[in-house]
Amino acid sequence: MSLLPFVQWLAETPGSLALRESVWMYPLVESAHVLTLCVFLGLAVMFDLRLLGITLTSIPMTEIRRRLGPWMAGGFVVMVATGLLLFYAIPVRSYQSIWFRLKVVALILTGLNAFVFHSGIDRRVAEWDREPVPPPAARRAGALSLVLWAVIVVAGRMIAYNWFDCDKQPQPRLVNALAGCVVPAEEARR
Amino acid sequence: MNFSMLHMLPFIERVKASWLGQMISGSLWLLAVIESVHLLALAVIGGAVLIVDLRLLGLGIREQPVEAIARDAQPWFLWSWAVMIVTGVLLFASEPEKLYYSPPFFWKMTFLTVATIFALTVRRRVVLAGEGRFSPAVLKLVAITSLTLWLGVGASGRWIGFG
Repeated sequence: MSLLPFVQWLAETPGSLALRESVWMYPLVESAHVLTLCVFLGLAVMFDLRLLGITLTSIPMTEIRRRLGPWMAGGFVVMVATGLLLFYAIPVRSYQSIWFRLKVVALILTGLNAFVFHSGIDRRVAEWDREPVPPPAARRAGALSLVLWAVIVVAGRMIAYNWFDCDKQPQPRLVNALAGCVVPAEEARR
Repeated sequence: MNFSMLHMLPFIERVKASWLGQMISGSLWLLAVIESVHLLALAVIGGAVLIVDLRLLGLGIREQPVEAIARDAQPWFLWSWAVMIVTGVLLFASEPEKLYYSPPFFWKMTFLTVATIFALTVRRRVVLAGEGRFSPAVLKLVAITSLTLWLGVGASGRWIGFG
């Protein structure tokens, strides 16, 4: 199943067109997306480092979550909303970008990691709330989260580069397959 | 305003011709890697600044003294600051001429200088002073000043790309 017809349709909608060709809106949305990184990811990094027992070790886990959670959630909402708008502005190229695809995969894995953490060791947080160094399962979740977010940030930055774009042929077959490029047969053979 | 009013063109030409400038501007991959590290450090410095400033505003981890949070955040602030400066210098070396004439770059450096001095002097003294030494109003003013200055760095930095 390919979403290509859907993103092609999306690209033709008036809103997408307006955003793509706007002078101010697109840069503003992009800036909001990048600068909210400080709010959401910055605090998430501090949270993960606490999970690793590296910093804020004298502060109970639940206190950090209670006080920083709303800020992280707010930042996350802005990041997702602006991220969706950025995709909406440039749907086809984003959909066929291996970096965007890598970013989506890493985001899903981050969600799974958070789910495993919350439904596992986090349920017994009362037992290790004040431990300077949380139990191994919590540390693993923190480390995995940091790695995945780093992948998400780097992949996100790379979307701007066109090395592997579908309209830049020939590309290695693997790149075309991963990006879902539709390449005319004679072009792919070269 | 931009840096050309300081008449540094010979210096800019030298940076541009240097092996570092040539190497980075000649490799899109290298540039992308440096940009990525710059961005990762941005997240860390954002967290390290925000966790303290939110506490100063009475909106963060209220149960803990400002000083405890500030002491834990300090090394993360300093290290991410250093990484941002090093990657920032490398990014500058990749396109010194453009930045020399760029007003947003001039503002970014101005904000950066003021924000850094403020963080290491006034803010540092206030956050490490201990409970009750400064009134909540002073703490809030310091936090708002700090957040405004760093937002100035980030926003003008972002604007360089649109010049």
